[in-house]
Amino acid sequence: MAEVLVLVDHVDGDVRKSTLEALTAAARLGEPAAVFVGAGAQGAAEVLGRHGATTVYAVESPEVAEHLVAPTAEVLAQLVQEHSPAAVLLPSSNDGKEIAARLAIKTSSGLVTDAVDVAPADGGGVQTVQSVFAGSYTVTSVVAQGCPVVTLKPNSVPVEETGGGAATVQAVDAQVSDAAKAARITERKEKAASGRPSLTEAAIVVSGGRGTGGDFAPVEALADSLGAAVGASRAAVDAGWYPHSSQVGQTGVSVSPQLYVAAGISGAIQHRAGMQTSKTIVAVNKDPEAPIFELVDYGVVGDLFTVLPQATEEISRRKG
Amino acid sequence: MNIVVCVKYVPDAQGDRGFEADNTTDREAVDGLLSELDEYAVEEALKLVEAGEGEVTVLTMGPEDAVAAVKKSLQMGAHKGVVVTDEAIAGSDSVATSLVLAEAIKKIGEEAPVDLVLTGLASTDGVMSVVPAMLAERLGLPQVTFASELTVEGSTVRIRRDDETASETIESSLPAVVSVTDQINEPRYPSFKGIMAAKKKPVETWGLADLGVDASQVGLDAAWSRVVEVSARPPRTAGEVVTDEGDGGSKLAEFLASRKFV
Repeated sequence: MAEVLVLVDHVDGDVRKSTLEALTAAARLGEPAAVFVGAGAQGAAEVLGRHGATTVYAVESPEVAEHLVAPTAEVLAQLVQEHSPAAVLLPSSNDGKEIAARLAIKTSSGLVTDAVDVAPADGGGVQTVQSVFAGSYTVTSVVAQGCPVVTLKPNSVPVEETGGGAATVQAVDAQVSDAAKAARITERKEKAASGRPSLTEAAIVVSGGRGTGGDFAPVEALADSLGAAVGASRAAVDAGWYPHSSQVGQTGVSVSPQLYVAAGISGAIQHRAGMQTSKTIVAVNKDPEAPIFELVDYGVVGDLFTVLPQATEEISRRKG
Repeated sequence: MNIVVCVKYVPDAQGDRGFEADNTTDREAVDGLLSELDEYAVEEALKLVEAGEGEVTVLTMGPEDAVAAVKKSLQMGAHKGVVVTDEAIAGSDSVATSLVLAEAIKKIGEEAPVDLVLTGLASTDGVMSVVPAMLAERLGLPQVTFASELTVEGSTVRIRRDDETASETIESSLPAVVSVTDQINEPRYPSFKGIMAAKKKPVETWGLADLGVDASQVGLDAAWSRVVEVSARPPRTAGEVVTDEGDGGSKLAEFLASRKFV
């Protein structure tokens, strides 16, 4: 069975959930093999193996890690040449999509981004499913050209453990061209950790909008009682109430959690584009005519400043 | 500094977008317009040129109607426009699109060297965010993308990029491909003067033959990924909506508990 390469997304060696989802998806197409760029491959071999990877191709070179997407695309192209995998899967992050874009051109391969499902296609190649036009259509595509390159939307594939032992780490001698090093990160300021889960990976997201009037305290309190990530609508971000990195919607991040709670958000198309594929949707809004109520599984017409704290208190009480 | 801004003519996201019988995007049923996210790239190009010198060329590829996206950019203040249109390009995927745009950028560069290729962060229809990286790959240029701030000093471009965990400063030599987010500026509205001036600005129309691209390399039949099925997502059936009468929060918690979220 041919290998399926999965580019590992990790933070200082800690493998992110999106990678485990990609390994689970890769097993449907062939034999998953992880590609680990940066330090920490040995430490990650166990978790990668437990989720189906038999091999970890480890690229330790700091040159690759410090120079954004171009060198990683070169390394992947080199591995595609050497191993002729059945496909390459990457996370649908900004970097993941750009590495995928460069890889597709380098290897003359077809590309699909933001897939929510993959399967082998009849007659070869990979069949993908995507959700498009603000979640209003489901599109099935086939990539048969070259070595299909697919980026997976986080939270789309349930993670499965295969019970495999630690993957075998195989060091890769990466050749990085000077051209690939032209763009480099000169400064990196870490943001203070919120202690909350990452927006794209969270099982529950609680978002606030114009209706908060800039006070996100009740939104954050509800989020914390549920162990959720906090998001914001474009109106709230444009008003400067919450950082742009938390913006859910067409021009921000697209989320697909088990539960999405929209507080004080009207539900314009721009916002719906980023949350419509959530499994369960709940809204709290003063305006009974708000379009968000057309989407909800449960809605409360009321003031978020009284409804949210009461819900938070009740949830905390139930959790004991 | 000479800047090429790549823009896309897209179906209005506010409209009821859909597909044709051959599974390509329906570009007739919903009015087209300049992709909203491209306005930020046009604005940033104008600011850079206004602070120094040079010209802003707006480039698009699409059906003949796509000239409307170029015209809007010219009304904002861009100097000239190029529309690549050809029957053969209908149904092109991102790979073919990047090929055509890259060849057009090379041709624009024959007149005067291009220092910067600017784009928006994504189109509002396909929303892939891959064409800038593909252009960089095809043109052999560095890419610095998702800029929420951009400065040019001499032959160095520097951007700030913010994500969930960090704020990064990224540097590259020029020429480069740069994409900008909707956080970078506030795009101007075309003034009456701008609208009148745009009527006299040059717009060239090129076909594939002008770019040395063979028709077999583009279009639906050449696409390396192809849509085999589209289905409208069943509309979400509206669930229960209650009005808060003092117990809305408790009811909400009860619902969440009934769905095992608590």
